[in-house]
Amino acid sequence: MDAINWHSVLFLLFALLTCVFALGVVFAGNIVRMAFYLVMSLSATAGLFFLAGADFVGAMQIMIYVGGTLVLLIFGVMLTAQGPWVSMKTRGGEWILAAIVGGSMLAVLLQTAFSVEAWRAPDKQAVAEIKQLEPTATPLGLGLLGVRVDNEKAPGYLLPFEIVSVHLLVVLVGAAYLARAKRRAKPADGE
Amino acid sequence: MSEFIASKLQEWEFWFLLPLSSAWAQAVGWLLAALVHITLLINVVAGGALLFIWLERKVSGRIQDRLGPTRVGGRFGWLQTLADGIKLIQKEDLVPEGADRFLFRIAPYVSFCPAFAIYFALPFSAGPGHSWVGQQLNVAVFFILAVLGVEVFGVILAGYGSASKWSLFGAMREAAQVVSYEVPLGLCVIVPVMIAGTMDLVAIGNMQAGWFTNWLVFHDPFTFVTFWVYFTCAMASVNRAPFDLAEAESELVAGFHTEYSGLRWSFFFMAEYGSMFSVSVLAAILFFGGWNGPVPITEFLGLTYAVSATEWSLAGYLGGLIGMMNILLKGTLGVIVMIWVRWTLPRLRIDQVITTCLKYCTPIAAAMFLGAAVWTWYFPGGVLLKPSRPMGMTREGRPADSSTTDLAQPSPYYESTTDYLPPSLANRKEVR
Repeated sequence: MDAINWHSVLFLLFALLTCVFALGVVFAGNIVRMAFYLVMSLSATAGLFFLAGADFVGAMQIMIYVGGTLVLLIFGVMLTAQGPWVSMKTRGGEWILAAIVGGSMLAVLLQTAFSVEAWRAPDKQAVAEIKQLEPTATPLGLGLLGVRVDNEKAPGYLLPFEIVSVHLLVVLVGAAYLARAKRRAKPADGE
Repeated sequence: MSEFIASKLQEWEFWFLLPLSSAWAQAVGWLLAALVHITLLINVVAGGALLFIWLERKVSGRIQDRLGPTRVGGRFGWLQTLADGIKLIQKEDLVPEGADRFLFRIAPYVSFCPAFAIYFALPFSAGPGHSWVGQQLNVAVFFILAVLGVEVFGVILAGYGSASKWSLFGAMREAAQVVSYEVPLGLCVIVPVMIAGTMDLVAIGNMQAGWFTNWLVFHDPFTFVTFWVYFTCAMASVNRAPFDLAEAESELVAGFHTEYSGLRWSFFFMAEYGSMFSVSVLAAILFFGGWNGPVPITEFLGLTYAVSATEWSLAGYLGGLIGMMNILLKGTLGVIVMIWVRWTLPRLRIDQVITTCLKYCTPIAAAMFLGAAVWTWYFPGGVLLKPSRPMGMTREGRPADSSTTDLAQPSPYYESTTDYLPPSLANRKEVR
C-alpha cells in the first residue's frame, strides 16, 4: 500500500488522456474529428473531477461541456458546411500566433500550479479523507439559496443566482423570438 | 470489496507460488474488484439486450398476429438472438469508400459507452445497510441525465462519418430530437427529486419503502401525470418508435446506421436496448418504488439488514436479491411497454415530434412541477392515498432523523443531508 499511491496513478492516467486528446484537437485537420477529440478530452477532465470526489462538478462538466457545447458545435458545423468534409487550413502565421498565446497561458498556469505549496505532492491524508457519500450538491444548493454551509456569517449567492436565472429566461425568450416563423402580418385595410 | 480480495490474496499466497507484497496484493485486489463490478454490469447490458431482442421479436409477432421465432432453441425460440449474434459476427466489416474511416469505425463504441456508463450510477437494490450499485453518487440522477445526453454524439459521428445522405439526415434528426427532449425529461425528473429532497437514487428508492402507496407515482396527482410525461420523453430520448426518426425505415433506408454491418451495427442495438432498460429502471426508481415490492414482503419475513449492520448476513442478502428481482421486473415491464407502443403506433413526422416536445410535454411537465411543489408544501403527509408513513418519517410518525433502530427507516445516509444544514435552518425544518 505504501509503495504506490493508486489515487495519483489514476490521476496521471486521466491527466494524460486529457492532454493527449487536447493535442489531438490541435493537430487534427477535420473539424468533426476535432470535436471528437474535444469530447474525449473534456470527458477525461470530468473523470478527474469524479476522482477528486466532486461528482456534482463532474456531472456538470459532462452536461454542459461534453453534451451541450459539442452538440451545438456539430449543429453549427453541419448546418453551415459547404463541402462534404470540413477541414481547417491553418497558415504558418496562425500557428505562431496561437503558439505564443497558448504558450504564455500555459506558462502562467504552470507557474500558478507550482506556486501553491499544497498542490505539489499527492497528499495521502487528504485522499483518505474524501468521503464518497458526503452530500456534494447540498452545500452548493444551499449556497445558491443564500445559506453558506461553510461559513454561516458569510453572504450567500442568492442575488447572483436570481440575476443569472432572469438572464437565462431573457435569452430563452429571445431565442424563441428569433426562431419564430417569420410570417408577415396581413396589412390592415386602407393601408 | 478490494480490501477483502487483497486480504484473501495474502492469505492464500502459497497457491500463487509468488510472494505478494502488501502493495501488490492491494493492487491486484483493487483490479479484481473493479473487474467484478464491470463484468456484472456488462452482463446486465449484454444479457438484457439478448433477452429484449428476443422479446421484441416475440411481442411484435403476437401484435401482428404471427408467432414470432419458434424454432431456434425450442418451442419459443429462446436462442433466436444468439443465432442472430452468430450471423452478425460472420458478416463482413464494411467501410464505405468515401467514409471517414476513423470516425466510422469508432462511432458504435462512442454510442455504446454512455449507454453503459449509466449503469455505473444505477442502483439495483438497496436498503438499510446495503446498496448494490456500481458507484453511489450523490448526484446520480443528474449524472444519468448528463450521460444520456452524450449518447447522441455516437449517432452524429456515425451519420457524419458514413458520408451518406441518409445517414446524415438521420443523425441531424436525432440531434434535434434528443436536444429538445432533454428539457421536458429534466423537468419530469426534477419532480421526484424535489419531493425526495435528494438526487441520490439510493436515497430516493429507500424513501419509498413499505406498501405501494408510498411509491412516488401515487404521491399526488401531479407525480402521476409526470410519470407518463417522463415515459414519453424517455422513449423519445432513447430513440424508440414512434419517435424513431433517426432510423425511419420507410424514409431513410435505416437512418444513421444505413452503412453499418455486422458487429458494429449490433453495437448500436446494444446501446439502444441498454438505454431503453436504463431509462425504465430509472423510472422504476423515481416513481415506482425501485427495489421495494408493492407489498413489503422482505420486511414481513425479516429479510433485511439491521440499520447499523456491517457484517454480511444471509437474510439481508436474500432481501437484497428480492429487491433486485423487483427492479429487474419493473425495468423489463417498462421495456415491454416500449415494445408494445412501438408496434402499435405509427411513426410521427419530425414537426409532430418537435410539437409534442415543445407544445405538450414541456408545458405539462412545468405545470406538474409547480403543482407538485405546491402540493408537497400544503400536504406534506399526503391526502387521498395516505402513505402508511409520510415521506421521510418512520412508521410511528416520528421524523426520520431522530435516531431509531426501526428496520423500515429510510437509509441512514438520507438523514445525513439534514445534518448538513446549519443549526438555524435545521430547526426551521423541524418546525415545518
